[in-house]
Amino acid sequence: MLLLTCPFCGPRDESEFAHGGYARKQRPDNPQMMSDDAWVDYLTVPDNPMGPVREKWWHVRGCGTYFTVERDTRTHDITDEGESHAS
Amino acid sequence: MPASARRLPTGGIIDRSKSIGFRFNGKSYSGFAGDTLASALIANGVSLTARSFKYHRPRGIVGAGHEEPGSLVELVGDEQSANQPITTVRLRDGLDARSVNCWPSPHFDLMGINQLFSRFIPAAFYYKTFMWPNWHLFEPHIRRAAGLASAPDALLHQGLYETRHGHCDILVVGAGPAGLTAALAAARAGARVMLVDDQMQAGGSLSGLAENLDGRHALQWVDDVVAELDALANVVRLRSATAWAYREHNLIMVTERAPDEDHVFQRTWRVRARQVIIATGAIERAMVFADNDRPGIMMASAAQIYVNRYAVAPGQRAVVFTNNNSAYRVAAEMKAAGIEVAAIIDSRTDIDDAARSLAAGIEICQGQVVSRSEGRRRVKAAVIRSAAGGSERRIACDLLVMSGGWNPAVHLFSQSRGSLRYDTGIEAFVPDRAVQACLCAGSASGLFTLSGAIEDGAEKARLALRACGLDSPNAKLPTTVSELPYTIEALWHVEQDNPAAKSFVDIQNDVTLNDVHLAMREGFGAVEHVKRYTTAGMGIDQGKTGNINVIGAIANRAGQDLQDIGTTTFRSPYVPIEFGAIGGQREGPVVLPYRHTPITDWHRQAGAEMYEAGARWRRPGYYPLKGESFQQTVDRESLAVREGVGVYDGAPLGKFEIKGPDAGKFLDLLYTNVFSTLKTGMGRYGLMLTDDGIILDDGVSFKLGDNHFLMSTSTGHADEVNRHMEHVLQIERPQWQVMITTVTTQWANATVCGPKARQLVEKLCTDIDLSAEAFPFMAMREGTVAGIAARICRVSFTGELSFEINVAARHFAKLWDKIMEAGGPMGIVPVGSEANHVLRVEKGFLSLGHEADGTTDAYDLGMGWIMSKKKPDYIGKRSVEIRRAKDRPRRELVGLLIDDPARLVTEGAPVTPEGRRQASEGLVTACVHSVALKRSVALALLEDGRARIGQKAHIRMKDDVVSAEITAPCFYDPDGERLRS
Repeated sequence: MLLLTCPFCGPRDESEFAHGGYARKQRPDNPQMMSDDAWVDYLTVPDNPMGPVREKWWHVRGCGTYFTVERDTRTHDITDEGESHAS
Repeated sequence: MPASARRLPTGGIIDRSKSIGFRFNGKSYSGFAGDTLASALIANGVSLTARSFKYHRPRGIVGAGHEEPGSLVELVGDEQSANQPITTVRLRDGLDARSVNCWPSPHFDLMGINQLFSRFIPAAFYYKTFMWPNWHLFEPHIRRAAGLASAPDALLHQGLYETRHGHCDILVVGAGPAGLTAALAAARAGARVMLVDDQMQAGGSLSGLAENLDGRHALQWVDDVVAELDALANVVRLRSATAWAYREHNLIMVTERAPDEDHVFQRTWRVRARQVIIATGAIERAMVFADNDRPGIMMASAAQIYVNRYAVAPGQRAVVFTNNNSAYRVAAEMKAAGIEVAAIIDSRTDIDDAARSLAAGIEICQGQVVSRSEGRRRVKAAVIRSAAGGSERRIACDLLVMSGGWNPAVHLFSQSRGSLRYDTGIEAFVPDRAVQACLCAGSASGLFTLSGAIEDGAEKARLALRACGLDSPNAKLPTTVSELPYTIEALWHVEQDNPAAKSFVDIQNDVTLNDVHLAMREGFGAVEHVKRYTTAGMGIDQGKTGNINVIGAIANRAGQDLQDIGTTTFRSPYVPIEFGAIGGQREGPVVLPYRHTPITDWHRQAGAEMYEAGARWRRPGYYPLKGESFQQTVDRESLAVREGVGVYDGAPLGKFEIKGPDAGKFLDLLYTNVFSTLKTGMGRYGLMLTDDGIILDDGVSFKLGDNHFLMSTSTGHADEVNRHMEHVLQIERPQWQVMITTVTTQWANATVCGPKARQLVEKLCTDIDLSAEAFPFMAMREGTVAGIAARICRVSFTGELSFEINVAARHFAKLWDKIMEAGGPMGIVPVGSEANHVLRVEKGFLSLGHEADGTTDAYDLGMGWIMSKKKPDYIGKRSVEIRRAKDRPRRELVGLLIDDPARLVTEGAPVTPEGRRQASEGLVTACVHSVALKRSVALALLEDGRARIGQKAHIRMKDDVVSAEITAPCFYDPDGERLRS
């Protein structure tokens, strides 16, 4: 069970959070202007590294904040605690 | 032999005033408080305690704790429990235990015949032999012959399993000399300390040693330390608690087997520690020689513990077989306790004088090995010879104690992903580089003397405290008496004189040296492969005394260093843990609790069959009257809505209030159609997609005021919609000013529906003009109903005139009663989800999970109008367009009128071309008996379905093919006049 640091509540057990998927570029404002390939690439091709990966977590059983952390997939080390997206 | 014949007259940390009666394999014995089952059986002269797993050879007690490989027992009666090492079962009144693996008894075991055929049962024998036609055909029989004890068949009576979270600065695992020293230093420095130890009494190795500290018995020092720790508020000390897993981010799992509270049977702690000090001690290693498994052959350290701690003599005439110094002290202490020590067989070429003088008066056979043992149900003699081979000598004995050296208990450290290093000085793997915030102290780090352990405990406490930002106070450490230095010459096995001999490397799993060599010959030479091919190290003891000998045997045969061979992975749990202890209170209805509406009790009293209606909501399915069949009930409820008035409990409907200057813009992004243009007091049906173009949800949203909307979602998807909305707001559009509040359980609603609905609501609500002109379909009005503040929405999921009356949940029961009272004269009927389903199928309304199944889009459902052409973008738009640009046939929503009007087909049944047995062209999504059409009707997703209206479709059922006419997916009031009325 990971120890994740919510930017609002501080360090909490993983059981309070839901995984929010890999962090990817922010959704484009005008997908209509993108080629099919670019859209499909944005939507369906996440990095799958053996090593640090940026991913979102949602403090669903807490304050409700989404935040991004960098986690090493080999060791579970949190290499960047990240911060909340909401201002 | 008379009871307690082997009990020493004095000594031990047992309570001789408390005699305890127990049963073992059906016979009665007695022991003392403080005994384990093993020590009590030794005291009673019982040496044959088990039969082995595969060959059913006689086995005895080998160890004194969790490392025990020889004897497993199952407990019977109230505390029924399987596969307990005999050495860890504490003696208590009424204990009833029996050996596993033997039938009918260890003395007369019918399966013992396996031994005679053992040359035909080599490693992997079962896998190789029972391949044809199918392993699973043989497996149950083999398991019965080989199997361990059976799982308990009844619930526990002694109490509950419990789970707790623990948080501390420093967790110390192990209350031996190193652990106690470290815990005391950390506690005095003011750190929050947890000290866990798997024994009831603290002291670790000191409990089994006749040792002095500060000039008095070491256990007095232990008592003082424990008393000081227990008096401190910043210390939590757990007894009989094993740390069995080291997880990521310094989470350690600890299970307490004897909590203080009577109602708790076991308690599992999840301890999150800033620093962990692993002071888990060391485990003695077995010697590998021919027939090294006979009862009476025991670890030297175990014999020492039996003599010193339990005051029992495990034999009368002992032979000691060792390759290191530690066994000399055991020999001396056994001798002092009155056990005749015939000889010390030491395989080393060099023995230091200190060791020799400690064993003064005992014959020492230098450079000699035990080549085999003799005896049947108990060892009778050790046969020794020179390590290089040569003439044999037989030494009679009834106890053969062995010490193959010591392994630091690196299990937790290794689970923490710390690396190990082979230390040739002590011929053992020791902790190398830590990855998580942990330190090994004492013999767990390879320091095998008492003074070394104590000094190391203090030093590791200092380092851990510094990492926590705390200073360590200076403290005087207890003084030890001079000790024998630890020296060793590795001996991984004695060469077998008889090639067919059995030299066990894993006593529990009956794995021999020959099996290891066979695995290597057959190409399974890597240590992990040898383990899997032979099953060495896979037992309940996980090879705690034997794995190193497997590694040594591989190294010897391959001509490599142990460092290069490496170890198998140390996995959790360190000791067997019951599933109940892992699950804790998470059982039965607590695993996933149900959600109830405020009037669940009313439904039950009205005789409703309660269903789960998505998202764990309990909801009435139907309300059968006496003597009614299921179909009669559903027909009656459906007809009431079509012809009179019905009411259903809509409380579980997902509800969200959405507020903020960007709320309209937000809904426009979420839904496929436009919401920002809604007028206050009006609502709109919307379809919500994910960016993959998959339908996520549908529902009606009302505009309550400027920048203020009320969204409703389907019951089962409310949580998912919430996640989706928060994700969009926080991740994709963080600059937008919108707040989402979940109000699902704040507002409960009763939906009054049917041609008489207005007439009923008028009786309860006088401050809203309910006429169709003033309060049209898809409008919302606020007022009072039955004196309760209410929001009334004109939406309809049944196709009839409907008023969805929303009130605060605390007033809902009152509202419901008033509606039933007012509706009584009109014949109001409470309606369950079954009738709701019939009514929505008649109308062809969408149900997520039925018609929208992850492959369908709005066009397939005949709802292309809802995909806004005006908006440049909304979530899902781009993906739907890409998918529709592909010119593949789509499955489209249609109605089916089954030719046989009485026939119902299964939901999900495939539709195939002409009903042939081939790939389907669609499926039935719903099929009900329509009360409006008085016949069966169905909805289906069918390839190019809309173009085929008027043609026939064929549904393949299990026994026949059902034909049906394809129609538009609406069987009732297609123009919606009734719901707008």
